[in-house]
Amino acid sequence: MSALLEVENLTVALPTRAGYRNAVDDLSLSVGLGEVVGIAGESGSGKTITALSLFGLLPNGARVTGSARLDGTDLLALRGRALRAVRGRQVAMVSQDPSASLHPILTIGTQLTEHMRYHLGVSKSEANSRAAELLDTVRIPDPEQALGSYPGQFSGGMRQRIAIAIALAAEPRLLVADEPTTALDVTVQAGILRLLDRLCRERDLSVIVITHDLGVMSALARRVYVMYAGRLSEAGDTSRLLTRPRHPYTRGLLDALPHPEAGQAALVPIGGTPPSLGAVPGGCPFQPRCAYAQASCAETRPAAVQASGETAPHLLACPPDPLRDLAQPRSRSIP
Amino acid sequence: MTGGPITGGPLTAGPVLALSGAAVEYRRAGQRVRALDGVDLAIAPGEIVGLVGESGCGKSTLARAAVGLVPLAAGTVSFEGLPVAPLGLRRRPGRLRGLQIVFQDPYESLNPRRKVGDLIADGVLLAGGSRADRSRADGRARAAELLQRVGLPATAADGYPHEFSGGQRQRIAIARTLAARPSVLIADEPISALDASAQAQVANLLTVLVREEGIGLLLVSHDLAVVRQVADRVAVMYLGRIVEIGAVATVWASPVHPYTQALVAAIPRADGGGVLPADLPGDVPDPASPPSGCRFHPRCPVARDDCAVTEQLLVPVSGRQVACHVRAPLPASGDPAGPDPAGPDPAGTAPAARGPQSPEPGAASLCG
Repeated sequence: MSALLEVENLTVALPTRAGYRNAVDDLSLSVGLGEVVGIAGESGSGKTITALSLFGLLPNGARVTGSARLDGTDLLALRGRALRAVRGRQVAMVSQDPSASLHPILTIGTQLTEHMRYHLGVSKSEANSRAAELLDTVRIPDPEQALGSYPGQFSGGMRQRIAIAIALAAEPRLLVADEPTTALDVTVQAGILRLLDRLCRERDLSVIVITHDLGVMSALARRVYVMYAGRLSEAGDTSRLLTRPRHPYTRGLLDALPHPEAGQAALVPIGGTPPSLGAVPGGCPFQPRCAYAQASCAETRPAAVQASGETAPHLLACPPDPLRDLAQPRSRSIP
Repeated sequence: MTGGPITGGPLTAGPVLALSGAAVEYRRAGQRVRALDGVDLAIAPGEIVGLVGESGCGKSTLARAAVGLVPLAAGTVSFEGLPVAPLGLRRRPGRLRGLQIVFQDPYESLNPRRKVGDLIADGVLLAGGSRADRSRADGRARAAELLQRVGLPATAADGYPHEFSGGQRQRIAIARTLAARPSVLIADEPISALDASAQAQVANLLTVLVREEGIGLLLVSHDLAVVRQVADRVAVMYLGRIVEIGAVATVWASPVHPYTQALVAAIPRADGGGVLPADLPGDVPDPASPPSGCRFHPRCPVARDDCAVTEQLLVPVSGRQVACHVRAPLPASGDPAGPDPAGPDPAGTAPAARGPQSPEPGAASLCG
């Protein structure tokens, strides 16, 4: 599978009171054609900043280095007209909250056809018929009538389907979905996950799905990048990563989930909280919360390298590799 | 270990909070919208009851009615045997102080301009009666104690809410309710605004508090997976009514109502299997014009013609109660297929059937 997007050594520094701090630190990732890739991590891990950097939507004052090549074009170097030609056309975004991302007093039809006409130069009637087709694709009942309706007339799940239709209107090659189902009920979430999966297969659409929900990850993504404090901690095939994680942070995220097969017992949280941008600890950023930390962990900042003993590509930023032979969750007991 | 808190047999003290035939109506554009429609639910001391369902099913309305924030259109809510009714500012009787609520969003429920210690001390002062009865210094001392109880340093009392993460703020909100020495906590989506790891921390904290202090907890959540991990019993709501209720292990292992089955099947599993969760088409209908008969029938995969006509009652079946006449038919007299030895009990006078896997606490007069 050839890569559609190649992100190399992406570093995003944001201004804080204490000076510039890296919200994303030396991140490299790739997305193949028609592939779904996940980025996982807690709030503040740099997931969303990574996504925003691909769209030139970073906050004022952000300093970006590295590259993000989409078919050879570096998205990070684009400005003005060149950026607008790519944004929405080549790369599109679906955000967490459809009630915030849709314009409340413009009709669905207007929002769907606006950038379709801008990017594809189609006539108004052609745009309208394409828009109706798109709504049908995302399973909105009675698409013709929906075009003249307003976002407030739809439920949350329907609004997210509409937001996905809008993102697809100019036929982008890469869709970035930032927590696309976090605000939705599980039943509605299931429908959106099936929709995204179908779109990838039918349209060869590549997707980056950003979520802290490893269940969503498991259902959708073929490969997962796990981020912590702006850095890559582990990356690999989803099935391998979720069944035999190598990084203690990935293990911790899994243990904190309610486990369908385990007996009723307490959840196992990761102690402490993720560091704020201004206070990332030295050495391995996860080391203060890590149950397996050694003295050496506080000294050098580990880079993500191919994990020993894995046949497929599997990156790991944990030199002690304490989970190498541990597949089982940490003990569960009622406190 | 089972999750049973009071596995030592039947309930002796009776439920500490009981809703009976509770109904709540809102007015919207001149229409009456029945958001809660005839719900029976009881919570025993030291018991965790989970309440699950999709958005718009009436979970939050039930939570608000249970603490007397919204008036009932029919039915009763009783706390420690006495009625709960909404009253004006400063008119809430002192005996209701043991009934407390934790809200979903700790970014909105804590006053950003007051120190954490003062927020909690207010609760202490109110719980102790008039301000003359207790000094502010007492309040601060108790606040420090409560902060430690919820796993925060006593020095947190000198901070403002914005200095804390979401999970820590929810701990502060919980500490504030504990100041009133509650015997019942209603928690409305207390962890859904938090990160996965903070979710686990707060869920564990609530469990520990309930078990150690004998508090009854109603845990409202859209996340059946979390409820399943911490609750003793679970009630599944659809459009203002309870459609299935029973021991959580029983309901999770073999859901009977088609809606419960859909909720369980929709949960994505983090097992790396790449399996897409099952879809439940359609949305929750507008409660202003609920479907006739069984309210779930337009979305139901096993609906029959008569489902649109017949009202569904909760019937004991396979160790829990289910309102679905397809999956849980009202047994005719002497029906050999009836799996429940207790037989039909539409009046709800007998104890609910017990789950096979775990001894079920507080099973008496839950639902009828």
